[in-house]
Amino acid sequence: MTRRPRIGVITFPGSLDDRDALRSVRFMGGEGVPLWHAEHDLREIDAVILPGGFSYGDYLRTGAIARFAAVMDEVRTFAARGGPVLGICNGFQILCEAGLLPGALIRNRQLRFVCRWVDVRVESSRSVLTEGLASGEVLRVPVKHGEGQFVAGAGDLRRIEDEGLVVLRYCGRDGAVDDAHNVNGSLDAIAGVRSEGGNVVGLMPHPEHAVDPDLGPTGGQPMFASLLASALARV
Amino acid sequence: MKFHCSVDVRLKPGLLDPQGKAIEGALPAMGWTNVSDVRVGKHVEFYVEARDQTTAVAQVHEMAERLLSNPVIETFAIRGVEAFAGLTFEDRP
Amino acid sequence: MDQPLHLALGLTDDELDRIRQTLGRDPNPNELAMYAAMWSEHCSYKSSKVHLRRLPTEGPQVLVGPGQDAGAVDIGDGLAVVFKMESHSHPSAVEPYQGAATGVGGIVRDIVAMGARPIALLDPLRFGPLTDERNRFLFSGVVAGIGGYGNCIGVPTVGGEVHFAEPHGANPTVNVMCVGIAQADRLVTSAREVHEGSLLLLFGAATGRDGIGGVSVLASRTLEEGSEESRPSVQIGDPFAEKLLIEASLELVERDVLEGLQDLGGAGLTCAVSESAARARMGADLDLDAVPLREPSLQAFEILTSESQERMLAIVRPDRLEEAREVCARWGLSSAVVGSLRAGGGLTVRLGGNVVAEIPARSLADEGPEYYRPMEPPLGVDEVLDDDPTFATVEVAPEAALRSVLTSPNIASKRWVWEQYDSLVQGGTVLGPGADAAVIRIEGTLKALVLSSDGKGRYGALDPYLGAAHAVAEAARNVSTLGAKPLAITNCLNFGNPERPEVMWQFAESIQGMADACRALETPVTGGNVSFYNESGDSAIWPTPVIGMLGLIEDYRLLVRPGFSGSGLPIYLLGETFPELGGSEFAEVVLGTLAGRPPALDLDREALLQRLLVDAAAADLLDSAHDCSDGGLAVTLVESAIAGDTGFAANLPGDVPWYVTLFSESASRAVVSVAPERADGLEELAVARGVPFSRLGETGGPRMVFDGLLDLAVEDVRGLYEDAIPRLLAG
Repeated sequence: MTRRPRIGVITFPGSLDDRDALRSVRFMGGEGVPLWHAEHDLREIDAVILPGGFSYGDYLRTGAIARFAAVMDEVRTFAARGGPVLGICNGFQILCEAGLLPGALIRNRQLRFVCRWVDVRVESSRSVLTEGLASGEVLRVPVKHGEGQFVAGAGDLRRIEDEGLVVLRYCGRDGAVDDAHNVNGSLDAIAGVRSEGGNVVGLMPHPEHAVDPDLGPTGGQPMFASLLASALARV
Repeated sequence: MKFHCSVDVRLKPGLLDPQGKAIEGALPAMGWTNVSDVRVGKHVEFYVEARDQTTAVAQVHEMAERLLSNPVIETFAIRGVEAFAGLTFEDRP
Repeated sequence: MDQPLHLALGLTDDELDRIRQTLGRDPNPNELAMYAAMWSEHCSYKSSKVHLRRLPTEGPQVLVGPGQDAGAVDIGDGLAVVFKMESHSHPSAVEPYQGAATGVGGIVRDIVAMGARPIALLDPLRFGPLTDERNRFLFSGVVAGIGGYGNCIGVPTVGGEVHFAEPHGANPTVNVMCVGIAQADRLVTSAREVHEGSLLLLFGAATGRDGIGGVSVLASRTLEEGSEESRPSVQIGDPFAEKLLIEASLELVERDVLEGLQDLGGAGLTCAVSESAARARMGADLDLDAVPLREPSLQAFEILTSESQERMLAIVRPDRLEEAREVCARWGLSSAVVGSLRAGGGLTVRLGGNVVAEIPARSLADEGPEYYRPMEPPLGVDEVLDDDPTFATVEVAPEAALRSVLTSPNIASKRWVWEQYDSLVQGGTVLGPGADAAVIRIEGTLKALVLSSDGKGRYGALDPYLGAAHAVAEAARNVSTLGAKPLAITNCLNFGNPERPEVMWQFAESIQGMADACRALETPVTGGNVSFYNESGDSAIWPTPVIGMLGLIEDYRLLVRPGFSGSGLPIYLLGETFPELGGSEFAEVVLGTLAGRPPALDLDREALLQRLLVDAAAADLLDSAHDCSDGGLAVTLVESAIAGDTGFAANLPGDVPWYVTLFSESASRAVVSVAPERADGLEELAVARGVPFSRLGETGGPRMVFDGLLDLAVEDVRGLYEDAIPRLLAG
């Protein structure tokens, strides 16, 4: 019998979707491993998730304080060795603050929190979140954030686009990217980006809230399947 | 020595500032049609215990660079690092 | 200021005499401040208690009834559901964002204090019309505050309701309901054994000057013009601290180190300590020097009555103290032993080594005054009831009438509101906001809680008895419509100044209506909150009893949703439509009148309909079901069409005017659709249950067709329904 991939989920003070990420890992057949922000220990996991929430209340800037947590040293080392790292929502914000992903996330264009099911289009299969998915595929997942507007300086944005670091974009049901479906006003409707190596990925939508068919659409399933497969490939 | 420090953090010029835009949109409706280029930033104040002012400034600079601002989107300016003789709340007996 | 201190603090001369009798001496200013807080209307329920006793509070499902931090209901499998509703209207009128935010924080701590994990929030709200700029400011501020706090603590906001009416302009009504879950045998109630010498451990945020006099001044008097002066009384919420407080508290419960747990809300430390001691039938020593302060030089009365947020008080055995403090530290919270319990009933407070107050704990917590205030129906009430709009001359065309009703902000989609709330966190939301009720599944089981909140503004304004009874009936119907059995209610009773006989009459009538409906529908009252003094000048809010209903479905996969899900499904109206337009949405927005008799409510018929809905769902007979109430049959059909993105063709009976058929708000009705092969089964069951029904038509197609009357594209109507509130907010 093959080993189940061990997927760590870090709890920072103020993390909220940590239990949900663990539940979804288990739902998709992985082993969920809770990790604590203050410990220098990743407990031999095969992949790590920085979950959604409001770490440190989002005070100062989203993710600004959590990036200095003890566990982040280990995440950095793990990422440098090619380990799969997924940041969801607040986790994405932390990874950007930590410099592990390009860009930054600021207040939504409409200045209001938004909780909504949206469609996202896969832009690149070269990431641990989208391996096995075809470019152009459309997945339905929810967003819930007040500060999810992706921004980057002009030079950075060009590099992100030119190097194909965009993993997901907000789109309509048919995959068309337009302003009406850009739920928070992100530059180029960017919903998720990856590192150059593709092993670090961040996204504002919440795939962990879209795996159980009893609760709604399941656009998160293929993403988790991809993450688990990437993790397994390292075992 | 204790120093009172203050740092301003601002969005880099050119980056969209949704809060600034909202304020700019609201002011004309209230009669101020002469306003433009509203930008919203942060003002951070704190005390630092340090050997001398040069040390304090250097520390504040590092704090501003590493934590108080995000270089991807923000710039910062140290507004003041001034010797402080009074008692702060933390000093209470 | 030459006003005597007790009057300035809101105590009457009689109340001062009682205090003198209890103490056998004159109270000092600290003691007066403590009494003023604890004997305030907000904390003591002094005007409402005599009426609240009429409510049914018992049932086999009730584990904890009124009188504790929150009620608790048995849902089987060793699980208890803890729930309560509270008002934060007064603070929200002064500072909408923080007022609403701290309201969320307070009710969440009530649930946590019972040892339960908060799993859902609902927010019933009332504002003045959105055509007014200040109302828009209050509305958007309150919604942002609820979201800002609720989203940050990881408790999904899954429901609520929003209504708009002129009387709620100066005094918006902001209620919050929280639902939690616990192992029934782990509930932290006053039944726990408490020992002499056990320590009072205060943990969470430090104490500052915020909210001093919140209960005695802000929530127990009417707001006067220039309420900016009340601003120092408004607390600032720190949801991040609250999240840590929740986790630390639940870990303390999990480790079983507690003898008691209290949240610090209204009346702050005074309330938490006196109630803890009184419940244990003990006294306490309280050392104010040990209380961590946020700013120096707080005086004794300030520390005693501060309503600084995000604080809890635990009762801990000395031998478990270290463990308890370690848990707090692990969650980044400071903790301090501020006193201990002792035999005898006295509460002794010290500061700087001196005794600054000495009061019997029970006299603060349990022996507050009780008033049977005068009551009188308002003048002209009969004339208003007799002026019924049901057969008024209607000159509006059906389509224009439907447009007016659908775009009325009371009826229109509240998406703008609930999209600002995280309704998904915790991963249990089977059905979120926007439906008749919200559905939260219980992890590890197939059970789900079905939650609804309802209040009937206009009905209550016309007839407070009927208004309250309808609120209970509708809340229960909303739950039954989804296939769940209504179990119990909590409530928030929002009224004007109880010292006015008309307001007290409205209150008493409402209580009777609620009591009768709760008895008939077998949904006892497990607790709640009374919010008086919602008036300024001579403008009081409508009598607004809001009901929070808890229902249970044993298998959430059998849940029935409101949307039409496919073509060719027969549509039925269960129940009967009578010519009843008094107090209806149609009467207000089309006829421009608030008069007449609200729809009658036959509680036996209501119970039969609800039983039918629950049984039909359990037998898997229904494809969709939607409660028929505000806006009448037309709105019900339109909402089912929009929700399921499927049109319909309906035949309307010809023997009554079209506007009665479409817009009458007769009670005890629901619209269901069924698979064709199950139609006979449903009809048989309806006959057996004694519920009249009529077949309205069939689902299908992109249009909504009311035969011979209306023919509209679902997509167009969706636009009207969805855009109405954003349009109004755009000014």
